[in-house]
Amino acid sequence: MGTLIVILVLVLFLAAIFTGGYNKQFQERVRKSRTWDWLTTVDHKKIGILYLMAGLVFFIIGGIEATFMRLQLFVPGNDLFVGRTFNELLTMHGTTMIFLAAMPMIFALMNAVVPLQIGARDVAFPFVNALGFWLFFSGGLLLNLSWIFGGAPDAGWTSYTGLALNQYSPGPGVDFYVLGLQIAGIGTLIGGLNFLVTVINLRAPGMTFLRLPLFTWTAFVTSGLILFAFPALTVALLMLMFDRLFGANFFDYTMGGSTVIWEHLFWIFGHPEVYIVILPAFGVMSDVISTFSKKRLFGYNSMVFATVLIGFLGFMVWVHHMFTVGLGPISNSVFAVATMAIAVPTGIKVFNWLFTMWGGEIQFKTPMLWAVGFIPTFVMGGMTGVMLALPPADFQYQDSYFVVAHFHYVLVGGTVFGLFAGIYYWWPKMFGKLLNETLGKWHFWTFLIGFHLTFFPQHFLGLFGMPRRVFTYQTNVGLEKLNELSSIGVAGMVIGTILFLINIIYTLRKGKKAKADAWELGRTLEWSIPSPPPEYNFAQTPLVRGFDALWVEKEAGNKSMTPAEPLGSIHMPSPSYIPILMSLGFFVAGFGFIVRGIPAAAIGLIIVVVSLFLRSFDYDKGYHVEPEDPEKGGKE
Amino acid sequence: MANKVESSTEMPNHLETATFEGKNKVLGFWLFLGAETVLFACLFGTYLALRNQSLGGPTTHELFDLKLVALATALLLTSSLTSVLAMIKMNQRSMKGMVTWLVITLLLGLGFLVLEIYEFQHYVHEGHTFMSSAFGSSFYALVGTHGAHVTFGIIWITTIMSQAIRRGINTDTAPKLFVSSLYWHFIDVVWVFIFTLVYLLGKVG
Repeated sequence: MGTLIVILVLVLFLAAIFTGGYNKQFQERVRKSRTWDWLTTVDHKKIGILYLMAGLVFFIIGGIEATFMRLQLFVPGNDLFVGRTFNELLTMHGTTMIFLAAMPMIFALMNAVVPLQIGARDVAFPFVNALGFWLFFSGGLLLNLSWIFGGAPDAGWTSYTGLALNQYSPGPGVDFYVLGLQIAGIGTLIGGLNFLVTVINLRAPGMTFLRLPLFTWTAFVTSGLILFAFPALTVALLMLMFDRLFGANFFDYTMGGSTVIWEHLFWIFGHPEVYIVILPAFGVMSDVISTFSKKRLFGYNSMVFATVLIGFLGFMVWVHHMFTVGLGPISNSVFAVATMAIAVPTGIKVFNWLFTMWGGEIQFKTPMLWAVGFIPTFVMGGMTGVMLALPPADFQYQDSYFVVAHFHYVLVGGTVFGLFAGIYYWWPKMFGKLLNETLGKWHFWTFLIGFHLTFFPQHFLGLFGMPRRVFTYQTNVGLEKLNELSSIGVAGMVIGTILFLINIIYTLRKGKKAKADAWELGRTLEWSIPSPPPEYNFAQTPLVRGFDALWVEKEAGNKSMTPAEPLGSIHMPSPSYIPILMSLGFFVAGFGFIVRGIPAAAIGLIIVVVSLFLRSFDYDKGYHVEPEDPEKGGKE
Repeated sequence: MANKVESSTEMPNHLETATFEGKNKVLGFWLFLGAETVLFACLFGTYLALRNQSLGGPTTHELFDLKLVALATALLLTSSLTSVLAMIKMNQRSMKGMVTWLVITLLLGLGFLVLEIYEFQHYVHEGHTFMSSAFGSSFYALVGTHGAHVTFGIIWITTIMSQAIRRGINTDTAPKLFVSSLYWHFIDVVWVFIFTLVYLLGKVG
């Protein structure tokens, strides 16, 4: 049935393109429309906005799922969302927040900021960049369609195969997880690759590696982690797909398979993933704290060193998620030591932020509030992290609410606070308007208080023996009060998020127009060009003469950057409909596999192959634009 | 030898990295190969963990025929050499030489594929299938993924070659030809590991 619908929709779609209504005027109309412009854009600034909007939508969906879970746990013995429904909620909450909210918002900031910070006109592969977004989006959409088409995945975001194989999780839920994440994962992988090449090859003259702003550095290291971590997920998901759909036996122990292989592959990806989402937040903090303290970042070189070291060690610690599997004392000890070692570069970073603020002229604008709120919150998450790194202790904490408290302190207190700081900080650069400060401060305080109220009690819930992922608890075992507090705290985060949305709408309507140097404290290159920047970013590529390039010029008494080239026409890449077409192909193929409709899957894959060919034979050289001073000659 | 450039003083020695786009493409492709390495490493790891789980089906000792595999290896490794020769011809702007070597590369690749398909058929006949055991699943996942890469490589190189024939060897086509040849070398290297860790180890390990 589902197959039929898919084929029908597809045929209608193709018919609309190739037959009726496809005349020149229609084409013109479509080409000129704003929707088409956004669907086919290859401009990194627009793609950044797309990532941000999609990420926010998924953030709200994941937040609603979390709210439902806390409602269920508000009182003991509640029957609001029980059993499988609760399992689906916790799985989708985790998966959505990590893959569909945190990742795209990180890519949003990277897209919006990295090319500007290195003085580039674009990213290295604009087409790949657009493709990355649309793949992520179609993967995310596919995953969330599971709610309507036969049930969401219910095996946890880690999808351990002891829960996820056909015999343990019948129905299409886990198939949605496998194919949705596979498609989104490919998008993320090529997105990371694009930023690696961008940072290596597209830096402006004088922008050496040790002059890169910290956010660009962390984006660079994160991209490297993405490149080497995501293939492990690809393989793991592929094998799970084979097991569930085509009768393979990778994880079925009755056929000689091993569930531990999934755990290894998942965490070989999964642990670097933790650093993929936290490092850019570190970068945001470094830029924000330095800007609003009106000081050069303390210990820049050690910050860079710490970032690279964290990225490296991030690959060395995956077994700390598997201490209780029984891999033996040697491997547990080695990975425990490696895990504790990561506390050292992280500590370097925390002290450097504190020393940056020390003696600075601190201005507590909203981004700075988030940054300052981040430090103690994240340090608490880090401390419980070191506690969990000790294998004997981990045997006690394992699968309890202590773990839940720990990773929410790191992921919300770290990544989400960092993302909010970044969004408030760069919003004027992305949209040309400053977010409202009063609403922003209310957002910060309600969210911060709500967050701690929710998650601080969960440490104790865990120590008192409450297991994670269980939908209820008994009365009179000392868990009621803390669960009640924890659920009340959610209200704070919900109110905060609503205030943020109001702020966005208010700002888009009446917000204060931002100047080029929106905070008047800008240190880095993005603040040297108008807000929002023109499509070519820099009319003339700037010459970088030191770390904090714009600040160097300000100190020298210059109003703007020294150009490194004469004014001339600028080459721009053409927009392309192929990314969205290819993503549609992947989407159809994924859906076909999920409903076991091989014809639909084949059609989807054919669309993918056709778009690959279209791309390969496409020799569009782009077009040229003239920057604001049109004294030079015509086209080409 | 490759330094002997026949013509063109204005054209650089290495056409594939002559333009900015070409440089990006080559660097990006190297990084992509890094990701592919991780992908194959995971498949190798899985295979090594599961290769003894044949569940009463044929084991690696009984199954593998080194003569056939050695022939396939010879074909694929030679195709790597011819692919290099094609790139040398490309940088000498010799369309005819390049196309000749590319066609030989493709034929060798096709020969390899035919042998592999024959080999798989033989195994299925012996009762060693994708679904028969964990050994079967991990074997076909690893070797099959490599085979899929070879297939994709053949289609890709054919596509690019036809573009080069129509458009000539220039700064647009050269990076494409160059990265497809990089890709071809990569799947050769992977095969060297498969030959060692799957077939040789399967016979003696």
